[in-house]
Amino acid sequence: MHLIYQIFVDPFVQMGSAPDLLVQTLWEGLVAGVLYSLIALGFVLIFKASGVFNFAQGIMVVFAALTLVGFYEHGVPAYLALALTIAVMFGLAFAVERLMLRPLVNQPDIILFMATFGLTYFLIGFGELVFGGDPKVMIASQLGLPKGAVEFKMAGGFVSLQKIDIAAAIIASVMVAALAVFFQKTRVGRALRAVADSHKAALSVGISLEYIWVIVWFAAGLVALATGIMWGARSEVSFALEIIALKALPVLILGGFTSIPGAIIGGVIIGVGEKIGEFYWGPLLGSGIETWLAYVIALVFLLFRPQGLFGERIIERI
Amino acid sequence: MFYREVGQYKTNYSADMSVMPLLQDRVGIGIILFIAVVIIPSFGNAFFIQAIMIPFLVFSLAAIGLNLLTGYTGLLSLGTGAFMGVGAYACYKLTTYFPGVNILIWIVASGFFSAAVGVVFGLPSLRIKGFYLAVATLAAQFFLSWCFIRQPWFYNYNASGAIEVPTRTLFGIPITGATASDTARYYVVLGVVVAMTWLASNLVHGRIGRMWMAVRDMDLAAELIGIRLLRTKLLAFAVSSFYCGVAGALLVFQWYGSAEPAVFDVNLSFFILFMVIIGGLGSLTGSYLGAALIFILPIVLRYIPPHLGIPIRPATVDHIQYMIIGALIVLFLIVEPNGLARLWQIGKQKLRVWPFPY
Amino acid sequence: MRLHRVLLGTAIAAATLLAVPLTASAADGIYVPLLSYRTGPFAGSGAPIVNGMSDYLNMLNERDGGIGGVKIIVEECETGYDTKKGLECYEQVKAKNPVVLNPYSTGITLPLIPKAAIDKIPILSMAYGLSASADGTTFPWIFNPPATYWDGASMFIRYAGGKEGGLERLKGKKIGLVYLDAPYGKEPIPLLEALAKDYGFELKLYPVPAAEMQNQSSQWLNIRRDRPDWIYLQGFGAMNPTAIKEAAKINYPMDHLIGNWWAGNDDDARPAGDGAKGYLSLDFNQVGTNYKVIQDILKYVVDKGKSQTPKDRVGENLYNRGVLNSIIIAEGIRNAQKVSGKKQITGEDMRRGLETLNINEARLKEIGADGFAAPMKVACDDHNGHNAAYMAKWDGTKWVKGSDWIEPLKSKVRPLIESAAKDYAGANAGWPKRTEPCDKSS
Repeated sequence: MHLIYQIFVDPFVQMGSAPDLLVQTLWEGLVAGVLYSLIALGFVLIFKASGVFNFAQGIMVVFAALTLVGFYEHGVPAYLALALTIAVMFGLAFAVERLMLRPLVNQPDIILFMATFGLTYFLIGFGELVFGGDPKVMIASQLGLPKGAVEFKMAGGFVSLQKIDIAAAIIASVMVAALAVFFQKTRVGRALRAVADSHKAALSVGISLEYIWVIVWFAAGLVALATGIMWGARSEVSFALEIIALKALPVLILGGFTSIPGAIIGGVIIGVGEKIGEFYWGPLLGSGIETWLAYVIALVFLLFRPQGLFGERIIERI
Repeated sequence: MFYREVGQYKTNYSADMSVMPLLQDRVGIGIILFIAVVIIPSFGNAFFIQAIMIPFLVFSLAAIGLNLLTGYTGLLSLGTGAFMGVGAYACYKLTTYFPGVNILIWIVASGFFSAAVGVVFGLPSLRIKGFYLAVATLAAQFFLSWCFIRQPWFYNYNASGAIEVPTRTLFGIPITGATASDTARYYVVLGVVVAMTWLASNLVHGRIGRMWMAVRDMDLAAELIGIRLLRTKLLAFAVSSFYCGVAGALLVFQWYGSAEPAVFDVNLSFFILFMVIIGGLGSLTGSYLGAALIFILPIVLRYIPPHLGIPIRPATVDHIQYMIIGALIVLFLIVEPNGLARLWQIGKQKLRVWPFPY
Repeated sequence: MRLHRVLLGTAIAAATLLAVPLTASAADGIYVPLLSYRTGPFAGSGAPIVNGMSDYLNMLNERDGGIGGVKIIVEECETGYDTKKGLECYEQVKAKNPVVLNPYSTGITLPLIPKAAIDKIPILSMAYGLSASADGTTFPWIFNPPATYWDGASMFIRYAGGKEGGLERLKGKKIGLVYLDAPYGKEPIPLLEALAKDYGFELKLYPVPAAEMQNQSSQWLNIRRDRPDWIYLQGFGAMNPTAIKEAAKINYPMDHLIGNWWAGNDDDARPAGDGAKGYLSLDFNQVGTNYKVIQDILKYVVDKGKSQTPKDRVGENLYNRGVLNSIIIAEGIRNAQKVSGKKQITGEDMRRGLETLNINEARLKEIGADGFAAPMKVACDDHNGHNAAYMAKWDGTKWVKGSDWIEPLKSKVRPLIESAAKDYAGANAGWPKRTEPCDKSS
């Protein structure tokens, strides 16, 4: 009886008695969700266009952030460092396409997945070799990102919104909107969608696979850079960031592997669900349930809607 | 010239259908077993046995387990680390509750606990396929990792949260704990791994293996010809988790000597998955080859510079080793996407017609 | 395509042929391996420590020609804070007859503890590892001066009590523990629970899973809800800067946030910048280059280009921690040479040397570390000494002295250590009873 009260009644009582904490939790969940969806966006881009699940997205985030901070530490002014990093990500996209994707055209998905593992290892070693293993501070203020917080009083308590989180939410929404427009309205976007459907068919229609892949990996690199800046500004730039990339998987499940708006919506649902679950129901189970709550949410979702909210229906034929 | 079946006549059906029809194959296995049982313990130094051979055998067993699930049945699983952890913790609880019983019995019994957990987390496989199933197994991985850290019952409520392996003996010789010698532990691991590989080989060459492969190739068609999908898939999860559980128990009891929950995290799952993919999906030989490449090659790479006398700092060696491994993985996949086992098969075919080219 | 395969085949063959493991190279000198991590998620903390450790020992080689005339062979083995690699490093260095082992990771120390007695190599887990190993009767081969995690937690309680006006004033207050969800993080919990019973405060636990180290908003939301009066931070690596930033975000009073001695890296407080002003961290070594040992290191090693440390990182908190660790090693070797009468000592001699460790004020002055650390003494049954530490305060750019030396609550800590040691020996059937004799320390 007490257990039922604890599960079904007490959390809502808590929510009502401290509404400022509820709003704060919702905000934190929103911010976390937006950050997860930024990572998921990189996955979606590459999956949509080349059918590859890019496990190296996490390390690309770290690599982009480290390159930016590395350039800055060598005396390059902040905006020039940003431009140089974008150039480096383009170079990376070019190298990946030339050396990894071109020889593996039309191989089964799991082989390409494995190849991105190899890329991850390579980038970890290369990044540590060039930049060292020390954690670095992200140059948020030099890039013009705001510091400090917006606080407002509410219902006996206060809610504090970090300005950098607000900036992250805005930047993420802008990116999603821009990418969605890009995929729907432009010629290159249509070609990307064609390549996602079938490599062979796209080739036979005359679409240059190499050109498309370089573009899409470059776009993913830009998303990785934005993610790295946002995450780095929140804590610090180190190789521990790479582990967070796994959190993007439940987001992808929820939103669908091939949907850009799905990445944001899925991200927000997972982020908010995770934080609310951890804050109000976590202490019942021993706390720390954040690590698996997102996956369980995704799993339950999968049982009812296997392709995610916005994904394409999987049709199996014999 | 040497690898031909010329002159080897089979006189009854069972001989004709045997797994290794060629005499040369059987001689080859015999030589490998001889090297493993006699040569390595006699001539290998402590580092080789303790830090290379024992872990290699443990990882090969886990790779066989994952190969049965992913390679033969086509169900991608990322929960291998957690299932190994279940086996290890089950063995620990069993031996602390019943210290008098022989530890080998508990190592094998812990596999059954792992199998039970595997079946529970394999239930979604009926609705979910392909990559999405991997996410379901990731849920298992993170949930079980959380259990090992946050539920104190698993580590007998001790203060540090880590489990220590007590000393257990077999025929009076200690085989676990700090006093066990390298050779004793090596023989135990070798015995268990050889026996379980033999069992796996029989499974995949028999009716059950064919059922699994049918499910992998096209499960709708398999269902149409009468294979019960639920039972087959759950059996695959059960057997695979059994192997992973035993491997986990061996990992803690024969290699590490103690364990903290961080040992069985998602990195271990990915590690075993790499071995299976590089070694070759759907091949037992591939599991061994993959384990050798992914586990032993980095160690070899780390010791080449000091061996050749090149003065590089250990941290730099570590970085370069990561780069080389990453590049090698991509290179292997480009050259032979079907894994090392396929290369081995091609090698045997070439050997068959040697010295002619085709 | 065929050329591809031929090349690949030869590459594999060459790699397997080179799979001849390293044979033990018996060089002349005292071999001290350093298990370090310059890679991985904890490299931020690991790199300065190993820099300090190797620089001090190299300085002794350069300035004095070693210890007692015998050179010290320093070698790093990269573990990346990974237990697998740590065990492999152990197997590799074992063959070269090391005199002492510094695993620098609780996760690696735990499996090595039973092996130390069998392989006769003492383990020096300075202020980390298993707290219970302070009991020298159960763990004759493990040493963890100058203080255990339990001492640290008791010092935190004593400091908090002092600020409140007396330990009795803690009754009814809330004390929070933010810790890494790993054996390292859980170490202080038994002591804090015992003290909570004794002094009547409420202990709240906030675990941070290792995968969520940089994503701690939930834990700090909980803290905002619970409003603990004091928080103890038992974190490491990337967890610390995130924790401090989150604390600043929820406007938690920084002078009530106290980190243990591994949460006192410069890189931990720096990302939060001014927001971390007033953050306190336990420390048992001083910060800065104002000591003769550090000056000697600069002169003989760093300036001569024989070190991996950038010059502006010399004198940082964790760098000096590494130097202190090497000071203990050096004094142990010196004692071992005295006790055994040999110059080229073995692991067993080193054990006796560490057991007779007595670095008093005079000795500190002799080695040029006057005031650098508190004096420390080890005894046969007490391999720790339970020595004092002080609070270092972050002033926005660097660490400064934040309090006087604080003694641990020895009367509370020691009985717990002894009972924990008994539990450990009981849980591990066949744990050997101590047979090593006890030398009188000088």
